[in-house]
Amino acid sequence: MLKEKLMKEVFTDFIKENILADERIIIVDADLSKCIGSNPLEKDFPDRAINVGISEQNMASVAAGLASYGFIPFITSFGPFATRRICDQIMISICYAQQNVKIVGTDPGISAELNGGTHMALEDIGVLRSIPHIVIYEPTDNVEFAAMLPQIRDHNGPVYIRMFRKCPPVVYKEGDTDFNLFKAKVYREGKDVTLVATGLMVSTAIEAAKQLEEDGISAEIIVCPTIKPIDSETIIASARKTRAVVTCENHNVMGALRSAVAEVLCEQCPTVLQSVGVKEQFGEVGKMPYLRKVFHMEAADIVVAAKKAIGLK
Amino acid sequence: MDYKELESFAKEIRVNIVSSICSIGAGHIGGSLSIVEALTLLYKKHMKIDPANPKMEGRDRFVCSKGHAGPAVYAVLAEMGYFEKSELLTLNQGGTRLPSHCDMNKTPGIDMTAGSLGQGMSCAVGIALGAKLKKDGARCYCIIGDGESQEGQIWEAALFAAHKKLDNLIVFTDYNKYQLDGAIEEINNLEPLAEKWKAFGWNVYEVDGNCLEGLDKAIIAAKANTGKPSMIVMHTIKGKGIEFVESAKGGCHSMSVSCEQRDCAVNEIRGGLC
Repeated sequence: MLKEKLMKEVFTDFIKENILADERIIIVDADLSKCIGSNPLEKDFPDRAINVGISEQNMASVAAGLASYGFIPFITSFGPFATRRICDQIMISICYAQQNVKIVGTDPGISAELNGGTHMALEDIGVLRSIPHIVIYEPTDNVEFAAMLPQIRDHNGPVYIRMFRKCPPVVYKEGDTDFNLFKAKVYREGKDVTLVATGLMVSTAIEAAKQLEEDGISAEIIVCPTIKPIDSETIIASARKTRAVVTCENHNVMGALRSAVAEVLCEQCPTVLQSVGVKEQFGEVGKMPYLRKVFHMEAADIVVAAKKAIGLK
Repeated sequence: MDYKELESFAKEIRVNIVSSICSIGAGHIGGSLSIVEALTLLYKKHMKIDPANPKMEGRDRFVCSKGHAGPAVYAVLAEMGYFEKSELLTLNQGGTRLPSHCDMNKTPGIDMTAGSLGQGMSCAVGIALGAKLKKDGARCYCIIGDGESQEGQIWEAALFAAHKKLDNLIVFTDYNKYQLDGAIEEINNLEPLAEKWKAFGWNVYEVDGNCLEGLDKAIIAAKANTGKPSMIVMHTIKGKGIEFVESAKGGCHSMSVSCEQRDCAVNEIRGGLC
């Protein structure tokens, strides 16, 4: 059952299957293969699961070289080291050179928990979003992730996967397959406010919608796993209906989901917008319940933001 | 092919470089002229390539990691027939296929994009690794700058290439002793450079990089070497072959070239008087 798996297992199972089935697939690690779960692949497929050691810059550019030779490399590290540390290698060796490399950054945002502020990527999407043509995807749960991975493989171009490692909250039913990498999904219909959510904040938004319902407020939920390119059509259709939007993300509110949604709304459908996410703070160490509290990322925070947005209509 | 013939080819490359840079008025001429002998030997003698089929499967690859030496690579590619020589005069013009720094998506014959220093060498390592995995017998050649060798990524790539025993990777350091801001030894000294590469597990040669015969012997030896990647430390002269460029020393990294200077340089290269 997918729901019982760690998200990293969904990823490594996919890589293993594809190494066996597709001679182009290669995984490149930088000394975190034990954490990401790809370590056994290095033993079973030493040519196709490569560890460059602690040298993320080299990892990104080596992958670009491999891609120029026809391979499809998936490079992996913790989120901050897979993105902000190697922003220029992603920009030049991979994206500018148009190399088909997939970048996997794990432990998004506050899910870095006990590794603390240095390992807490709260700006990774913001760092990458201004690079032309890169696709930025944050899985919602295992069912969706398993369905998206083949689409990511088949997309000819760089994709950043912002991957949770542990067992994620269940959002979709086992067997759901109706997922499109470039489409957001209306998860729950509503008429008073739209909650646009990504990653770990999707289940929080679902909880918030239930609380709002008790208060007589009908919330629509849009699950938006692909932040770039953003599905403006689905967001605008919902905003036209509810006239109030709240973004819910496990990231700094600058540069990622809130910014992308604000750009769409300001340019095409001016709408009241509130946001839930990290605001002008660095990460810090702690367990998830503590971090959700200090960064105001609980369901109750979404409820407050939703009511404020409705009040501003 | 004898060295006299290669020498004539190298002269034409220098003419092409100064002509193309003159067409836009200025450019990275010093570090383009210093690698002419290396490019001549690679493209005319050593690389398994087909100018009529730039994407040929199993071809040898070349990565100009010091991407600003694009004008030198274009000069060779045009001379080899990858595109018309007249196109060299579009260097850095809007819409050109020949941008200052090498771009694999623009120029026929360019195998890897480079320009942000240090990255091209890692890409070359990836290419050499890819060739090993595909078992197609291809080699990857790469030129890095001496100034570029101050980038940490060069040494990440060096460590990994040796670990993977990439004996199909042959890298050249264009050791012309100057970087943009001045003399290498005054800014951030690389010495002992050859010893550093040896310590990183590379098969190392140290030669006069502007001498065709000595450099050729090093390339032949590097190709025969097994079990290690090879580094050819080329002692070169920045601006080699054109007096007004050479005499500018550190000032020739990027400089202006007038039509008069070009005409004079072409005469000088072809053995006439200025």
